[in-house]
Amino acid sequence: MRTLSRGALWLVFGLFFLFPLYAMADFSTRNLIHGGRTGAAWANLFTDEALYQAIITSLLLAVLTVVAMLVVLVPTMIWVRLRTPWARGLVEFLCLLPLTIPALVIVVGLKNVYLWVTYLLGESALTLAFVYVVVVLPFAYRALDAALSAIDLQTLAEAARSLGAGWTTTILRVLVPNIASGVLSAAFISVAVVLGEYTIASLSGFETLQVQIVAIGKSDGPTSVAASLAVLLFGFVLLLGLSLLTRRRRRT
Amino acid sequence: MTTGVAVELTDLTRVYGSVRALDGLTLHIEPGEFVALLGPSGCGKTTALRILAGLDEATSGTVSVGGRDVTSVPANKRDMGMVFQAYSLFPHLTALQNVEFGLKVRGRERAKRTARASEMLELVGLSAHMDKYASELSGGQQQRVALARALAIQPSVLLLDEPLSALDAKVRVQLRDEIRRVQLEVGTTTLFVTHDQEEALAVADRVGVMSQGRLEQIAPPAQVYADPATPFVAEFVGLNNKVPADVASGRARLLGTEVATLEGSIASGAGTALLRPESVTVTADAAGTSTVKSVAFLGPISRVYVALADGAVIDAQLSSAQARVFEPGAAVTVGVEQTRVLVVPS
Repeated sequence: MRTLSRGALWLVFGLFFLFPLYAMADFSTRNLIHGGRTGAAWANLFTDEALYQAIITSLLLAVLTVVAMLVVLVPTMIWVRLRTPWARGLVEFLCLLPLTIPALVIVVGLKNVYLWVTYLLGESALTLAFVYVVVVLPFAYRALDAALSAIDLQTLAEAARSLGAGWTTTILRVLVPNIASGVLSAAFISVAVVLGEYTIASLSGFETLQVQIVAIGKSDGPTSVAASLAVLLFGFVLLLGLSLLTRRRRRT
Repeated sequence: MTTGVAVELTDLTRVYGSVRALDGLTLHIEPGEFVALLGPSGCGKTTALRILAGLDEATSGTVSVGGRDVTSVPANKRDMGMVFQAYSLFPHLTALQNVEFGLKVRGRERAKRTARASEMLELVGLSAHMDKYASELSGGQQQRVALARALAIQPSVLLLDEPLSALDAKVRVQLRDEIRRVQLEVGTTTLFVTHDQEEALAVADRVGVMSQGRLEQIAPPAQVYADPATPFVAEFVGLNNKVPADVASGRARLLGTEVATLEGSIASGAGTALLRPESVTVTADAAGTSTVKSVAFLGPISRVYVALADGAVIDAQLSSAQARVFEPGAAVTVGVEQTRVLVVPS
């Protein structure tokens, strides 16, 4: 009986979540003019130069944001916990602050800063990574904080130090492997946030994937939907990978 | 067999806000010696060990190891092996990889470090568990791996920060004896911090008793027990009865018996003698003025609690065979064995 009701629940939820995806897949492969099926919309993801460039830009932005976020946040959070525990509340407050500021305010506020950024680094869309690092801070902070709370950070760090490890070795070889699930979560959530971000990129005038999807949607519905579905599937694959990786870690 | 080095802590002071955790601690450890620092919580023993390890900084004073001043050398350059109170194995590594860690950091080649790590695991009797992760080992096994890991790097000094306090009683005694055996085998100078007097007395060459950031006495275990230098040491190490005593010309009269006094006792007049339970004699005597209150059976020994004529209760430790004859309510006479006692002002 229990298996049956569990199976039914799976089915209902499966349909609820998968039906929109099915509808998107259906629409993106439909030939609107002559009827039947076509892969043209999906081919456009690679043949439409502007869309292709936007995909590459967004993926690069995701990678840059994740790397910069981890490089800044992981050592800072470890250091604060070990050396300046009194500053923990302050760091948490600063990291959660972006959640409370509307994207529009961020864009307006950053206008002056970005004059300098574009002056020094050029007008590349990749400079958006600086804003995105700030935008993903609240999510990444939470994931890392939970992982750091789960280990005896001080004892592990002191044990590594007493065995001759410098700070870099201690962080990379001892602490990071033990907060790997948190690092992975922080990274994947950041990727999801970056791939879903529209407002800041659009208002700043950069051509990211989301901006392109909206632009294409006005003239070519199936391609826009194909790109959206591709992003969603990419997100699913990432989350699936995350859960598999963390599950394997837990078992070992 | 490595040759140990001498350790010198000179006039160490550590102040946290308004608390003086260490107050001018000076301690010399001979090469290869096993010294235990014993004291109640907050007496500064762990602070002293952490300063020696380089994990904490002294407010003033110097630390030297093997004649070299290491006061401002960071922890990772001090070459000390440490076993912590909390389980400190790296959870993502196997027992063998944990023991290899220090050697890997030192850039030893793989074959050599695996051989050394295996040898160390064998020394602590865990060869069969080298591929297990910390979560698959018991508390005692984890601390043994931690000991092997600390020794694998051939440290100049081995530091043990209450490594047994998280373990259950039986494992604690086993591991305590094992630590001593291994230390004698490798000959590393060792500082062991504990609040458990039995542990300290059982393993150390010398026991240092600490109170309020200062060393009250440092001497071989038997001497600390038999000749406590201060009332604090007498009270902290071993159990004590407090019995009124009259002192005159180096002898004290208590419980109707006259015994010699220890150095540090009052010169004359009335005081309080600190009397070990095993120095108290109890004799069945129908005309005695004292009464047995209760008897606690502790296996080979028993404690007999006797109410004196004035109502004060005294604790006598007898062999269980001797104690068997005493029933609660029995009239007895209490005396003192010929021993030396410390008499403090009352």
